[in-house]
Amino acid sequence: MAYLLKGVSILGASPSDLYIADGVVSEKPVEGAEVIDATGLVALPGLVDVHTHLREPGREDAETVETGSRAAALGGYTAVCAMANTSPVADTAGVVEQVWRLGREAGLVDVQPIGAVTVGLAGKQMAELGAMATSAANVRIFSDDGFCVADPKLMRRALEYVKAFDGVIAQHAEEPRLTEGAQMHEGEVSTRLGLTGWPAVAEEAIIARDVLLAEHVGSRLHVCHVSTAGSVEVLRQAKARGVRVTAEVTPHHLLLTDELAAGYDPVFKVNPPLRTRSDVEALRQALLDGVIDVVATDHAPHAVQDKECEWAHARPGMLGLETALPIVLSVFGPQWDLIADRMSIAPARIAGLDGHGGDLTRAGTPANLTLVDPAAQRTVDPAELASRSRNTPYAGMTLPGRIVATFLRGEATVLDGKAVK
Amino acid sequence: MIKHLRSAADLDAATATLILDTAAEMAALSGREVKKLPALRGRTVVNLFYEDSTRTRISFEAAAKRLSADVINFSAKGSSVSKGESLKDTALTLQAMGADAVVIRHSASGAPHRLSNWVDGSVVNAGDGTHEHPTQALLDAYTMRSRLGRLDGLKVAVVGDVLHSRVARSNVLLLSTLGAEVTLVGPPTLIPVDIVAALSKTARVSYDLDSVLPDSDVVMMLRVQTERMQDSYFPSAREYSRRYGLDVTRMRKLPEHAIVMHPGPMNRGMEIAPEVADSPRSTIVEQVANGVSVRMAVLYLLLGGK
Amino acid sequence: MAQPRADAPSKIILAGSDLHRVVDRIAHQILEKTSGATGTVLLGIPTRGVPLAHRLAARIHAFEGVEIPVGSLDITLYRDDLRLNATRALGKTELPAGGIDGLRVILVDDVLFSGRSVRAALDALKDLGRPSSVQLAVLVDRGHRQLPIRADYVGKNIPTALSESVKVTLTEIDGADEVKLIGGLK
Repeated sequence: MAYLLKGVSILGASPSDLYIADGVVSEKPVEGAEVIDATGLVALPGLVDVHTHLREPGREDAETVETGSRAAALGGYTAVCAMANTSPVADTAGVVEQVWRLGREAGLVDVQPIGAVTVGLAGKQMAELGAMATSAANVRIFSDDGFCVADPKLMRRALEYVKAFDGVIAQHAEEPRLTEGAQMHEGEVSTRLGLTGWPAVAEEAIIARDVLLAEHVGSRLHVCHVSTAGSVEVLRQAKARGVRVTAEVTPHHLLLTDELAAGYDPVFKVNPPLRTRSDVEALRQALLDGVIDVVATDHAPHAVQDKECEWAHARPGMLGLETALPIVLSVFGPQWDLIADRMSIAPARIAGLDGHGGDLTRAGTPANLTLVDPAAQRTVDPAELASRSRNTPYAGMTLPGRIVATFLRGEATVLDGKAVK
Repeated sequence: MIKHLRSAADLDAATATLILDTAAEMAALSGREVKKLPALRGRTVVNLFYEDSTRTRISFEAAAKRLSADVINFSAKGSSVSKGESLKDTALTLQAMGADAVVIRHSASGAPHRLSNWVDGSVVNAGDGTHEHPTQALLDAYTMRSRLGRLDGLKVAVVGDVLHSRVARSNVLLLSTLGAEVTLVGPPTLIPVDIVAALSKTARVSYDLDSVLPDSDVVMMLRVQTERMQDSYFPSAREYSRRYGLDVTRMRKLPEHAIVMHPGPMNRGMEIAPEVADSPRSTIVEQVANGVSVRMAVLYLLLGGK
Repeated sequence: MAQPRADAPSKIILAGSDLHRVVDRIAHQILEKTSGATGTVLLGIPTRGVPLAHRLAARIHAFEGVEIPVGSLDITLYRDDLRLNATRALGKTELPAGGIDGLRVILVDDVLFSGRSVRAALDALKDLGRPSSVQLAVLVDRGHRQLPIRADYVGKNIPTALSESVKVTLTEIDGADEVKLIGGLK
């Protein structure tokens, strides 16, 4: 299928026509191309999420690779990295290949599996990282996300070991002894609500340790879901010293604060927890400065019964794929170059996804892109989401920006705001 | 009148005073031969207890029965709850039974808030996790007022494991609302640094019990669980008791009129010496009796009207 | 029940010394009908029945030198319309030291209307003890009874329409002694 996107604005530039044929951006229109009136629409390289939970295998009642892929495409994504905390855990070549194959079958986004660092996410024994790297899934990011690789020796070894195949360890930075029983950000609100606190230092201490380890062994480190102003300072200093560290921030940590826990609705329970207004400000600045490299959703679907319960019994996590771009737009406005870099180009680079985050003005670039109507507004209705779960913290919020179409290697996955399959 | 009592913060000074005044009338009525009053005839009060707490449950039960309400006790043990039924499903069951009020005790902070989303009736918090226990604070305030004649300007020291204490949270909120000056005393590990910002700008923190006692009208000792020792909140029961326990020597530092309170159950010899617990300054037995009157007042005010 | 509007026309029925004379008359009637008011207790129904009871006791003492015990009987928890209105604050219930068992209790209220307050008072009384007899004294009887209840002592009968209301104010509570008929006037 060939397309002619008429009057589209690439990254906010003046309107032009964009031709898609044979899966790439083409120099000239092709005979019989489907014409899409893209007046007023902005073309972005397809978004790339380095942090998605698709729940399959194991919790298909919360999400499947297919439903998560559909949510991703509707959110403007063309690639997502699927976290390893499935059941069974993605700690072997077999499991990562299964997820990778399910992603191919769904065919809505590129599903790039992330492998577990340790067997069963138990933090004791290194998983077969090499086998996962050389499997069909071609794993490059390894993470025990949900748990921290807390053992400093194990973390050091993992950082070293993945150098052999240009892998990267994505750390869920949480000192477990400082967060036993933790329910929300430790501060005024947790004290008032009587919920056990998750202190900022539990994140900052691990990031500080890990950047020093990465520096010591000369390895790459990626820090998942940075949530505190203190973490930003640690990263800023490490980057200034030349440490090869990258970091992500979630849309919810760019927008929401711990005050939302006041009604004890676990839809606002997430790990790391929502922090304070000053943390939010520091994270926004860090994303602008490039101290934080990417926006990653940490899309974490949960079945109704895991959220419609007591706060302490609820699972942490929020949906993110379908609302990420609108949240970033609402926070930063139409800074399209910034958005393209932090949500597509940089994440593609970190994940080693070559076909994504390309230059749409150059012929031959793989046609992975999304069209956004920045003038449209949408009120988030959980019932309308494509995800199998409903745990969005944004219900009822009116957000700017509507994803009109998404293309994966030249094929439309979303048209007129609806998934094609 | 408010619909629910989930937190002491639900109460402004006028409402809190109305509850205390009503409790005083209830106490007067409780002194007579026929203790039953018809005010809540035909109303159903469910005691939904996920944690064992016989004293709180029977206090609420007595209060509801004296007002002629029908009382249903729903304890987690041996019920559908222990078979894994969720709070929401239990709530829907109570809703179907037409519960006019649900009195809930739960180990999870905020469970009463959750419950109030799922039932039409009033929700009364009878202690949730490490959050609050508002009727305990009301009965404490009632006890102080009846012993000392006022609450405004009263100096109250709350001593012990403030971090894990729902009694402390509710007391700080309520006492501050009613004009008392609260000082929280304990080891720094058990007093959250932001407790003043979180609960009351008028509260103070001290780590030195001996310096606080001479200027206190009320000293309220909180229960300290020895298990906290394993979690390094303090080195040993002995050291805790030496630094923060109320013994006879310390009690002598209190002004003549000062009273000693404890929400119970006590660890005699740990946070409070037996001689102190049994002294005339101690209001511990009174607190129990006042509990019924205060809970009658709460149930009447929540359920009596339209 | 329909309440007259706040700006409805009103008419003063009794004021100042007229009201005092009415209270005096009730006091005399009590003395007469109870042969000197021995073995009698006055229980005022809050709010305005309580100062009325105290006034009656004071007048009886002035006339005959008899000390009659006075108490108050709050009926809030016994009302049958409790659930139809917002929650009411409780009034005081205070029995005289000697209690009420075996004594003649005279309930005192400001206005007798439907009779429901008196019914509630009789229920409340039953839970407090066993008087030998119960009588009722009211400052104003405005008619429209809904229950088979009548007063033993009436200060003033005021025929009213249902659309009207009778408002009693007393110095002890309101700063002035007055009985007003509000609304319904041409």
